[in-house]
Amino acid sequence: MRFLLRPKTGGLAILAAVIALLPLVLDNAFHFEIAITIGFNAIVCVGLNLLIGYAGQISLGHAAFVGLGAYGAGVLTASHGWDPLAAVGAASIGTGLLAFVVARPILRLQGHYLAMATLGLGIIIAIVLNIEDQITGGPDGMLVPPFSAFGWEPSDERQWYWLVGGFLWISVWLALNLIGSPVGRALRAVHGSEVAAEVVGVDTTHYKVLIFTVSAVLASLVGSLSAFYGMFITPNIASFFNSIEFVVMVVLGGMASTFGAVVGAAILTLLPQALTVLEDYEHLIFGLILMGVMIFMPRGLLPTLAGLRWRRRR
Amino acid sequence: MLSEFLQFLFSGVTLGATYALVALGFAIIFNASHVINFAQGEFVMIGGMATVALLGAGAPMPLAMLAAILLAATAGLLLEKFAVEPARGASVVTLIIITIGASIALRGVAQLVWGKQFHALPSFSGDVPLQVLGATLLPQSLWVLGVSAAVVVALFGFFNRTLLGKAILAASYNRDAAQLVGINVKFVLFLSFGLSGALGAVAGILVAPITFTHFEIGIMLGLKGFAAAILGGLGNGLGAVVGGLIVGIAEAMGAGYISSEYKDAIAFVLILLVLFVRPSGLFGRRGTERV
Amino acid sequence: MSLLRVDGLCKEFGGVHAIADLGFAIHPGTIHSIIGPNGAGKTTLFNLITGVYTPSAGRIWFDGVDVTGRRPSDLAARGMSRTFQNLQVFFNMTALENVMVGAHLHLDRGFLAALLGLPRIRRADAALGDEAARLMRFVGLDDFIGASADAMPYGALKRLEIARALAARPKMLLLDEPAAGLNPTESREIDNVIHKVAEQGVTVVLVEHDMRMVMEISDHVLVLDYGRKLTEGRPAEVREDPEVIAAYLGGQG
Repeated sequence: MRFLLRPKTGGLAILAAVIALLPLVLDNAFHFEIAITIGFNAIVCVGLNLLIGYAGQISLGHAAFVGLGAYGAGVLTASHGWDPLAAVGAASIGTGLLAFVVARPILRLQGHYLAMATLGLGIIIAIVLNIEDQITGGPDGMLVPPFSAFGWEPSDERQWYWLVGGFLWISVWLALNLIGSPVGRALRAVHGSEVAAEVVGVDTTHYKVLIFTVSAVLASLVGSLSAFYGMFITPNIASFFNSIEFVVMVVLGGMASTFGAVVGAAILTLLPQALTVLEDYEHLIFGLILMGVMIFMPRGLLPTLAGLRWRRRR
Repeated sequence: MLSEFLQFLFSGVTLGATYALVALGFAIIFNASHVINFAQGEFVMIGGMATVALLGAGAPMPLAMLAAILLAATAGLLLEKFAVEPARGASVVTLIIITIGASIALRGVAQLVWGKQFHALPSFSGDVPLQVLGATLLPQSLWVLGVSAAVVVALFGFFNRTLLGKAILAASYNRDAAQLVGINVKFVLFLSFGLSGALGAVAGILVAPITFTHFEIGIMLGLKGFAAAILGGLGNGLGAVVGGLIVGIAEAMGAGYISSEYKDAIAFVLILLVLFVRPSGLFGRRGTERV
Repeated sequence: MSLLRVDGLCKEFGGVHAIADLGFAIHPGTIHSIIGPNGAGKTTLFNLITGVYTPSAGRIWFDGVDVTGRRPSDLAARGMSRTFQNLQVFFNMTALENVMVGAHLHLDRGFLAALLGLPRIRRADAALGDEAARLMRFVGLDDFIGASADAMPYGALKRLEIARALAARPKMLLLDEPAAGLNPTESREIDNVIHKVAEQGVTVVLVEHDMRMVMEISDHVLVLDYGRKLTEGRPAEVREDPEVIAAYLGGQG
């Protein structure tokens, strides 16, 4: 049982247990839907955390990649009759290529300039999805046919739950592998000091471009799958507000903590559900909670809680 | 031809003057605190919405405007005191999220107090358009340009002529050195948020008669103002004004000659192109890393 | 043949010549010091040699190849490594990980292998951890092997940078003021480390203000003043040079 105490294997075991046991307490389709949404958001955040938390590069436009994945898959299947799996693949390759091409000039920028550029990119993509209504259906959205892979079609919420849960677990596993490898160290070195990373031979541009592309592809995959799951998409999926929400999830859970990103995604997906009872006060309270958490726990939830526990043990 | 061009230019300069005021708000806060205040657009919204509400409650126009400006300034001061000040030393991303949280909360309050409808503010001096070489110019545009120009001149006077203004500048160049020569850096920070709030409100009141106003009007205005501030080079006052005008004119020209549907994208396409060529904006200092 | 050759090197910052028409050569296996008054352009020269800055004019050859304008990571792959005057430590990592990053070029950097956490990646990393710990002991950081970088004192961080640079297995190691801010005992320990490094055949280039150190350990000294070469030679020759004495005392020769 010692392996449970190691952060990586222990964390993966806990995550597997949570995913496996959660259906026992989910007692209707709506609960499953929320759990699935948490899973989708968490996967995007695991990727985004590699970029923001580990490599130290902010992106205020990642929802756009989710949007490209969703519309790529949606348009290819609905309007061109593609096989869903092929459409998912094509959308993620297309999104990855776009991210790869823009990453080089964008990631030369630092700090607020980088924030501006990623924000701008995201807004431009969201506007294109809104305006090109011949292809995307515009603000009214578009219908997406059901998903199927190798003849299997997820028929109910429960099956989707296992699909997304498995996808989440694998993403976390891959991210943890990456972080513990020379590639992960190089990413953290880019965050720590770019010039010092360069002089020991870390090609900082290469790693920034790499991780930006990887996180974009992951976002695109989530976008595609969520489009099939919801069977209806609107350009709202790529909105600036959604981009911000992903960043907030990452930072709220704790930057440079993969499990933190998952926790952040869970909390921020559940919070608005809980706040709907406040009706008109929803946004006000949501904003205040956001500010409060960031002011009092600037390092995010998980690292702060871990720090508390560590201090008590001493 | 000429009249069409002039028409686009008028609307571009009017828009640009508004963006310039918003961008100046970003620049002032950035200089004092190195915070990008994503709630800047909400100050603009408060200016317009509060003026409309006070007018509706029977207050005379000048009084309503003054009160709206004071309200936005107060919002700025509160933001500094209760959100930015306690988070000193937090990372850039954390500070960005705090101000985004503030913007969501401010929109939440506005929606509660003033509702979700669009509101119109009457023009300051009628709606009879002036004819200039075949193009029409709204009197309100002249108000926007005139007041914006006056505000910019006043600000430059404030920062270069008055002791307080110079203290703010000194604190922005070097916090520690300013503290050492006796400048109350904390107060400077506090003040800069108030000043930015007031500036935003002025912009909001000036454009309200042209664009209508709404509790979410600040989102796009804020983002475009941010684009303008970055375009000119963050923290550069003159850069912010020029950046605002460039964004406004590009937007009006793009909407007129290329595609009116993509109007809102133009500012961001422009900023991306500029940043690809000049990573520190048009007038930003090109830093050489000291190691 | 020289390991490093610099010819007609210039660097301007907004009209100010930080380095002007500089030429010199460094032979392999020597300890080479660059000295000069404050603002003489020593650190700028380091930044030019290691590719952090791009020269305004002139050429740099390293190991027989023209490397002018190459990126630092490219130069590192060719065997150049350095430390910094203003610490550039990865404070978001442990001390050991800092050193491990230094060995980046000697590792399997394949993305897919890393993603899948292949056993060979983990085995190589475990071996690297031992090697990094050995390097930390080599520079005298025995007590900090398990430490987090942000919990280490200044003197230890300066050595950590040396260990990190050594992990890259350089042909040439450039040290920018390794003794600055250290007490005399610590500074003598750095002397020792530099000697041990040189004995292993690594060419050491040093920017230093501590004249005791420079005169004791250098084979060759280059003196800069206002970005130009004032003189160069063996420590004893340089010490006697009237121009050098004048530059340091601020007199008029």
